[in-house]
Amino acid sequence: MTMNFGYYPGCSLEGTAKEFDKSLKAVIGKLGVNLQEVQDWACCGSSSAHATNHMLSVALPTHNLLLAKQQGLENVVAPCAACFNRLVVAQHEMATDEKVRAKVEDILERPYNNHLDVLNIIQFFDRVGTDVIKEKVTKTMEHLNAACYYGCLLVRPNDITKFDDAENPEAMERVVEATGAKTVSWNFKTECCGASHSIAHTEIAVKLSKRIIDDAIKHGANVIVVACPMCHSNLDMRQVNMKKQFPNHQEIPVLYLTELIGLALGLDAKALGVDLHFTNAAPVLK
Amino acid sequence: MKIGVFICYCGENIGRTVDCAAVAQAAAKFPGVIHSEDYKYMCSDPGQNLIKQAIREKQLDAIVVGSCSPHMHEKTFRKAAAGAGINPYMVEIANLREHCSWIHDDIPSATKKAIELTRIAVEKVKYNEPLIPIRVPVTKRALVIGGGISGIQAALDIANAGFEVVLVEKEPSIGGHMSQLSETFPTLDCSQCILTPRMVEVYQHPKIKLLTYSEVENVEGFIGNFKVTIRKKARGVKEDLCTGCGLCVQKCPIRKVAKNEFEEGLANRPAMYVPFPQAVPNLPVIDRSVCTYYKSGKCQMCKKVCGRDAVDFEQQDSFVTEDIGSIIVATGYKLYTIDKKPENSPIQGYGEYGYGKYTDVINGLQFERIASASGPTSGEILRPSDSKVPKKVVFIQCVGSRDEAKGFTYCSKICCMYTAKHAMLYKHKVHDGEAYVFYMDIRAGGKMYEEFVRRAIEEDDVKYIRGRVSKIYEEDGKYIVKGEDTIAGMQVIIDADMVVLATAMVAQPEAPKLAQLLGVPYDKYGFLAEVHPKLRPVETSSGGIFLAGACHSPRDIPESVAMASAAAAKALVLFGSDMLEREPVIAKVNAGTCAGCFYCQKVCAYNAIEQKEIKNRAGEVIKVVAYVNEGLCQGCGTCNATCPSKSVELVGFKDEQIFNEICALY
Repeated sequence: MTMNFGYYPGCSLEGTAKEFDKSLKAVIGKLGVNLQEVQDWACCGSSSAHATNHMLSVALPTHNLLLAKQQGLENVVAPCAACFNRLVVAQHEMATDEKVRAKVEDILERPYNNHLDVLNIIQFFDRVGTDVIKEKVTKTMEHLNAACYYGCLLVRPNDITKFDDAENPEAMERVVEATGAKTVSWNFKTECCGASHSIAHTEIAVKLSKRIIDDAIKHGANVIVVACPMCHSNLDMRQVNMKKQFPNHQEIPVLYLTELIGLALGLDAKALGVDLHFTNAAPVLK
Repeated sequence: MKIGVFICYCGENIGRTVDCAAVAQAAAKFPGVIHSEDYKYMCSDPGQNLIKQAIREKQLDAIVVGSCSPHMHEKTFRKAAAGAGINPYMVEIANLREHCSWIHDDIPSATKKAIELTRIAVEKVKYNEPLIPIRVPVTKRALVIGGGISGIQAALDIANAGFEVVLVEKEPSIGGHMSQLSETFPTLDCSQCILTPRMVEVYQHPKIKLLTYSEVENVEGFIGNFKVTIRKKARGVKEDLCTGCGLCVQKCPIRKVAKNEFEEGLANRPAMYVPFPQAVPNLPVIDRSVCTYYKSGKCQMCKKVCGRDAVDFEQQDSFVTEDIGSIIVATGYKLYTIDKKPENSPIQGYGEYGYGKYTDVINGLQFERIASASGPTSGEILRPSDSKVPKKVVFIQCVGSRDEAKGFTYCSKICCMYTAKHAMLYKHKVHDGEAYVFYMDIRAGGKMYEEFVRRAIEEDDVKYIRGRVSKIYEEDGKYIVKGEDTIAGMQVIIDADMVVLATAMVAQPEAPKLAQLLGVPYDKYGFLAEVHPKLRPVETSSGGIFLAGACHSPRDIPESVAMASAAAAKALVLFGSDMLEREPVIAKVNAGTCAGCFYCQKVCAYNAIEQKEIKNRAGEVIKVVAYVNEGLCQGCGTCNATCPSKSVELVGFKDEQIFNEICALY
């Protein structure tokens, strides 16, 4: 039986994180899941919008939610953690703040009258079922000791995202373990990676991301698994800077959760976009 | 009916905004009123004499006093009326202060309202009936629930006054949390040294019946006349035969099978155990969940070595029923466990502090055990993981307390003091150690408390940092404590060897269940509620049931002891008379019209409605009707409002009285 989900890719998955999109699409074919993309989707309101205009940051995601509903979708998978966060925060504000709701309805010239499930990538795999993934694994990932990195946007603010424990989340571990990989217990699951400081203040992102990487390695990880394009670019791409700055820097490959699952399902690394990473993923491809 | 009206100025309180003379003049013209006057202080002796004189001279049948709230002086005026020879319940109060002068500032309209209030009181009193207080007998015997310091103090006070006490404790020994403490603030005297004599006194007291390892199962009855059923849990040891020699405990072959509760999990204990060496009573108990005999039917070592044949594997829980006049609840507190987010709880938990994950992140009670001479380290400060002396210890206050976002809104009150004590004890024992305290505020209100904290800071060089800790994690054998110093405006990172969390005091998890059994209200956190926060702090809304110690709210030892003595005094007041007089303002059922639907029974908060069979002359039951237990009814009137057939009336507030009041307004 095919499971149907709505799909909101967001801008990252068409650009810096296109391997996230590529690997997700490759994986769902194997899992018997169908994704229906929200037609004509617009910006989710992240970063630029919510740093400059509150109304814009609520109106944009609400617009997308209304589009999805209009197109008959009951849920939307937003793999990018920033998109997920914007969508659920908008939902929350529209449901709890009448003033905001009236203003946004006025801006959009449409009434907001619905609620649909917004799922992040971990919740998506949870819905598909870890047992389904386990069943379809053809190449066990048992050689991997994965450090699951959540970053900030998936779990916080916890009373709005209503996802896992904000301080010590464990949902990704359950999905990762379905691939046969082991997970490590470590300290910096939700520590800040520097996020978009990466662009204006690269040195901050490098410093913070290096601490995360070092802690993962110290706790025995040989791969970091992420579910956020921003985290991925900081942890993966910024290792280039780290190597320059710290001669002893020990490299560690950083995979999207979808890529790890794809590898376990026997898909080709290239088909999953693993070759597009800055840090060599060869050690995990054994 | 001849009615007299008396309008009080209450000094300036009423007189400032109400023209009292005008009110008295207007009242004089109300139908039925034959006497009306005003006076500066009606509650004073001369004021009361005015009332008495008027009643006698004009042979008044009823009076209305326009004064402050009936909560304040209704009793005074009723007494005055009774002194002049009329029934005290022929008195009504028009509340001209709280309901009028204090809340208005326009004199003409306030005066008009005062006249109206007086008018409705006059109309009500016309339908008042003489009432006689209810008298119920008193069983002069107290039940104290909980054998911590509060329960011990209350039990001793009552017993020393010559009355019998039944003291029920759910654990195998009395002593409570105080028996676990190392030293006590602000004097640093040894907790056990001051407690154990009291424990022994309880055990030896001829007036105290001690039931340990027992729980209250059911409570029936009312003030002065409770029937309490107590479950005595099976110890597996016959109390009358056991001498407490301890041989069975020594010989129990599974030595470290369970976490030692008294040591807060820092040590293990055998299946057969005595909670701690000074336990009272000094009787062992078998933990059936781990004992080999209950698993495989084998072993029986304890039975074999017992010279008195006191071990009884087949012992069952037994029940005793006690007649009790007054109940004191002293069930105490627990420390909030922070390691995991509790299921179905509004409390988010503090996973970021790693309690339960890191062996050397401990709570306050665990530190007490480590610092205690009788503890698992014999009082040497050694951390649990590797028994090394921690050279850097971080203490974190307000973990759970005062945290609206993640924990409880209330202040746990004792943590500022015990944290200062902990840091001090640590510095006294580890001279080259460093102690850091993260705090929000230092709340050291109490005799010599502030001085105690200053001593920790100034003499013992404990470093106080104002700010919260965001995260604790392990790195290279150190616990990295990340916090902020809000005074310096800086991030602080400390590589500690041990972390002590001052977790919030919470109510016992079974407290709400017990409160429901007793008909005592409790708050959303499970703390039991007093009836008035200032003037009746140990009494509950259920007559004859009093509160002592931390079951009411977080409190320290001196406060608990004071509260326990107060509760004991309240019970003794009750025992001071053979018969108990109660307000006759209670509900009455008209058995003729009662249809027996028992809606009243469902809504009654005091379990005061009973079922009564109505029989014909042949002795056959014709119908079952509601019946109000005079001892339990508090006169709230909920049944009155609920009854579909209007068969319940609240004496003193009957429908015709209320209707007459309303009609007087229009």
